[in-house]
Amino acid sequence: MLESSISVERDGGEVALDSLLSLENIKVAFPLKGKFPWSRESVRAVDGVSLRCEKGDVLGIVGESGCGKTTLANVIMRVLKPTEGRVLFEGEDHAKRTGTRTKELYRSLQMVFQDPFTSLNPVLSAGGNVMEPLRIQRVGNAQERRDRALKMMAEVGLRADQFNRKIAEFSGGQLQRIAIARALVLQPKLVVLDEPVSSLDVSIQAQVVNLLLRLQREFDLTYIFVSHDLAVVRYICNRVAVMYLGKIVEVGPANKILSQPSHPYTRALLDAIPIPDPHKRRPTGEAVLKGEVPSPLNPPNGCRFHPRCPWAQSVCATKSPEIRGLPGGNDHSFACHFPLGETDAIPDLENSKQRNKQ
Amino acid sequence: MTTTDFSSAGANAPTNVVLAVENLHVEFAMPDGTNVRAVNGVSYQLNSGETLAIVGESGSGKSVTALSVLGLLRGGTIKRGKIIINGNDVLEMDPVERRKLLGSEIASIFQNPTSALNPLMKVGDQIVETLLVKNRDLTKREARKRVFSLLSAVGVPEPEVRANSFPHQFSGGMCQRVVIAIAIANEPRILIADEPTTAVDVTIQAQLLDLIEMAKLETGASTVLITHDLGVVAQAADRVAVMYGGRIVEYGDVFDIFERPSHPYTGALLGSMPRIDEDVENLEVIPGQPPDMTDLPVGCAFQPRCAVGKGRVLCGTTIPDYSNLPSGQGVACHYPLGEGIPPSLGDNQNA
Repeated sequence: MLESSISVERDGGEVALDSLLSLENIKVAFPLKGKFPWSRESVRAVDGVSLRCEKGDVLGIVGESGCGKTTLANVIMRVLKPTEGRVLFEGEDHAKRTGTRTKELYRSLQMVFQDPFTSLNPVLSAGGNVMEPLRIQRVGNAQERRDRALKMMAEVGLRADQFNRKIAEFSGGQLQRIAIARALVLQPKLVVLDEPVSSLDVSIQAQVVNLLLRLQREFDLTYIFVSHDLAVVRYICNRVAVMYLGKIVEVGPANKILSQPSHPYTRALLDAIPIPDPHKRRPTGEAVLKGEVPSPLNPPNGCRFHPRCPWAQSVCATKSPEIRGLPGGNDHSFACHFPLGETDAIPDLENSKQRNKQ
Repeated sequence: MTTTDFSSAGANAPTNVVLAVENLHVEFAMPDGTNVRAVNGVSYQLNSGETLAIVGESGSGKSVTALSVLGLLRGGTIKRGKIIINGNDVLEMDPVERRKLLGSEIASIFQNPTSALNPLMKVGDQIVETLLVKNRDLTKREARKRVFSLLSAVGVPEPEVRANSFPHQFSGGMCQRVVIAIAIANEPRILIADEPTTAVDVTIQAQLLDLIEMAKLETGASTVLITHDLGVVAQAADRVAVMYGGRIVEYGDVFDIFERPSHPYTGALLGSMPRIDEDVENLEVIPGQPPDMTDLPVGCAFQPRCAVGKGRVLCGTTIPDYSNLPSGQGVACHYPLGEGIPPSLGDNQNA
């Protein structure tokens, strides 16, 4: 109880000093080519995202393609400068970091990409790739760097005799292990994983997912796990943020959101996943989200999901819902005028609040 | 291991078989002189009106089998085997006859819809092109009418307008709808869908699977669905063939396969999938890598990764024959799961 009351206060506060990472109203717009400067439109890939990630979290960012999840990952990595908003890492603004502070930031912030075939340097050996961050950060001498890289490679399940092998000699799963070793060799505080298992075969996926979880516990890491695969997210994440057209529609504990979501979009996303059990078949033609994601160039007014939402009312077309939590917090918030199951949930929470007061 | 009879695996009588692949062997010659044996004796039957899913990881030979059936194999040679459609072995047929048969009886849907369509041609014209294959005397007016009805059948909004669009003006999901429209345009008897939903988002995947199912019901086509996604298999298939190392290792009814997998690979694959509908404490891991097709292990290809067969002399020396279990499943394994042989017994282990 004590813990949750602290977190409520923290959520209400202006700046969360103890959050490892905090995004404040991040907006990213990509300008498009137009005939005249004044007629140029822009795609708002990320449109007002606030998100917090605590130390030790495995935070999933999920959504369909084009929802802005990778753009957000790039903003977190300071690869992309947000058009508006602030990124605070350990309380320090990304934009205000210069010189050595930036270099220090990159030491604590690492990334693993979807396609290891293109994200690793093909000219370097496996070990060379893993040593590269150490060289750039000028850690130790050549021998120390080599030792550290070897140790890290052993951690991710690669043999010492693979150290000098060329990248082309490895399979996809092994390459992803090398990419993970490269990301972890600097002992970062936060690792952004952008679809790290999506390009792997099913049997290899489980290996890499389990490896990531073991390393997270072993090195006390914080992960931001960007993915479209909600089943993997359910297995690996403790918190989830669901994005739709550049906005977060729902964020909270993974087990809650992925079993009893409040936002109709999350519900639809979950219902669309085919379950590997023929007894749980979705009847053909039933309850599937109709239509496609609208163009982010010209997003719908009001709630961006309303044209596809089966529960949409007239207010949804005009008023954009604010992201809000249920009274009592529980760290679960959503942006919907008519959240699913709210009528059941609110009285329950009211009661528990009453009980707590007594 | 040459003859494989799966006829008892399905409920339908052999007269309903629309496509039979018998003991197919396909090899690819590599530039360095080695041969990749991509398909090593695959046999299956597609019964009328059913959906047969072929599941496997990359390199298991599932797509090569499909391309052989479609007559689209490039770079590889069919070393042995028969592909029987309408009672004729298409591999023995005259090339002109074969093209005619394949063009009118079989249609295909591939993974990447944007590369399956001609980027320089309006989508409506591409559908007309297909229609003309079957009916040379189609009038312009009839063709237009048919295009609009096909486009609206696959859920393309405003078909009169969209028929004049080019593929780049469509999203991936919409392109795949057009590909499906082309596939069903001539009401084929066999529809081969090779990873049809792998490139699209999950909500679009659900729409497309529904669409393929409805197209199948409407045209009466039988479907071969090739996928790596066991969720898609459970959703759409009637029967399942699991492939590993260029062979079918398990074959049977979809409910049987998911409830009582007989091959250790199928069992391990099901255990290694994270689930959205239930909490999984620990994912089972299949150790090691998929086999190198230029250098397949001696004996059972799965043996080095197998929890049951690893280290067993029989598994390490002899390729297991297919056998039909009492349940009706076909399995190629010396020690199928659920057969009551404790892993410690059987034969002398620890090589």
